[in-house]
Amino acid sequence: MNDLMTTTSVLGSRERRDHLLARLGHRRMEHRVAPGLYRLGGPDRSSPVFVSANYTLSFDALRSALHGIDAYILVLDTKGVNVWCAAGKGTFGTDELVERIEATALAERVDHRRLILPQLSAPGVAAHEVKARTGFSVEYGPVRAADLPEYLSTGATEEMRRVTFPLRDRAALIPVELRNVAYEVILAFVALFILGGIVPASIALTAVLAGAALFPILLPVLPTDDFTSKGMLLGALASMPFALYYLMTEPGWHGVVYAAGTVLLMVAVTGYLALNFTGCSTYASRTGVKGEIFRYIPSLVAMAVVGLVMIAVTVAGTMLGWF
Amino acid sequence: MMTTEQESVNGLNTLRFLPGRCVRCGRCWEVCPHGVFAPSERKARMVAPQRCMECGACQRNCPAGAISVDAGVGCASAMIKAALTGSKETSCGPECCR
Repeated sequence: MNDLMTTTSVLGSRERRDHLLARLGHRRMEHRVAPGLYRLGGPDRSSPVFVSANYTLSFDALRSALHGIDAYILVLDTKGVNVWCAAGKGTFGTDELVERIEATALAERVDHRRLILPQLSAPGVAAHEVKARTGFSVEYGPVRAADLPEYLSTGATEEMRRVTFPLRDRAALIPVELRNVAYEVILAFVALFILGGIVPASIALTAVLAGAALFPILLPVLPTDDFTSKGMLLGALASMPFALYYLMTEPGWHGVVYAAGTVLLMVAVTGYLALNFTGCSTYASRTGVKGEIFRYIPSLVAMAVVGLVMIAVTVAGTMLGWF
Repeated sequence: MMTTEQESVNGLNTLRFLPGRCVRCGRCWEVCPHGVFAPSERKARMVAPQRCMECGACQRNCPAGAISVDAGVGCASAMIKAALTGSKETSCGPECCR
């Protein structure tokens, strides 16, 4: 436990491959580094101590940001989960930090009593308790490890303390979003293709792509306030080509029923997927999400049921010669 | 009239601030990722409670017990799963987007 491990600030092809696989959702919980104390460069008794999670993306973001800096990195056992989520669960927490400081005999390695933690670990760590239990003062560094060099030289700016959700970060989540629904989508696509051909199958695929891929990209520009209504709006837009197709190709009221049913179903599916994106965002609150669930789930279910029944009755009735 | 124990509440979420207990240590505006707190002359001030995401960082790091928030994860996926499986705890799993 008392061993000092060595790391570098250089990321190579092995790390890039690991990061790509993590982003693709491959073996999500297995992108881990060994917890413990690491030496970066040639630290001495006055070198800074940074604390990180044992998720490769977290640890690698930290060490690559510290290029040219001699430091210690204390890696907590967060079960392979990133800093912010682990802090929310409490695994990046006061107890784990205190135990890790003791297990690595950190106090014997350095003369100072100062730790730099990522700002987003604060939901799990009580700085004053760490101080009382170990003598180490906790300093919260910037939200993003990339800001560390500037933080170390000039201190925190307002901007460094704020979490954002830029396009790049939203887009990075799309592969895992798609992976989470892949099984259901393939099933729906095949079933609908057999039952009704390429158009119904494409409708299912489009609704899911709109909710899981287009929605994260368009999140800030969709002109309503909450996630679900943004998704419903997107679902309605995505359904328009299919609705028009049915209105133009199916004669009489059948076309109207198929078009209306398609709109209802796509709004429901895309809206539901959008609601499920709340946890991936950097700003949804539990109270807000609870409110959305109660506000929208009943109407989403109603739309899906009505849409499905409308289409099913019309298809079945036509086949059986009722109409 | 502001008494020492008067709460600053807001109707949008569970964040509560008791300015009377505040010792102006600066932790709340240091840890908040959405700039909900800001320094004022003698106390912290809740400047944008509507931006609070209830992560609980301020509460956990307030040494004076001046902040309370019903902290949790704003994730519909986890809440719906918990509701469907009858589990009390809404927690993240390997299928999480992050």
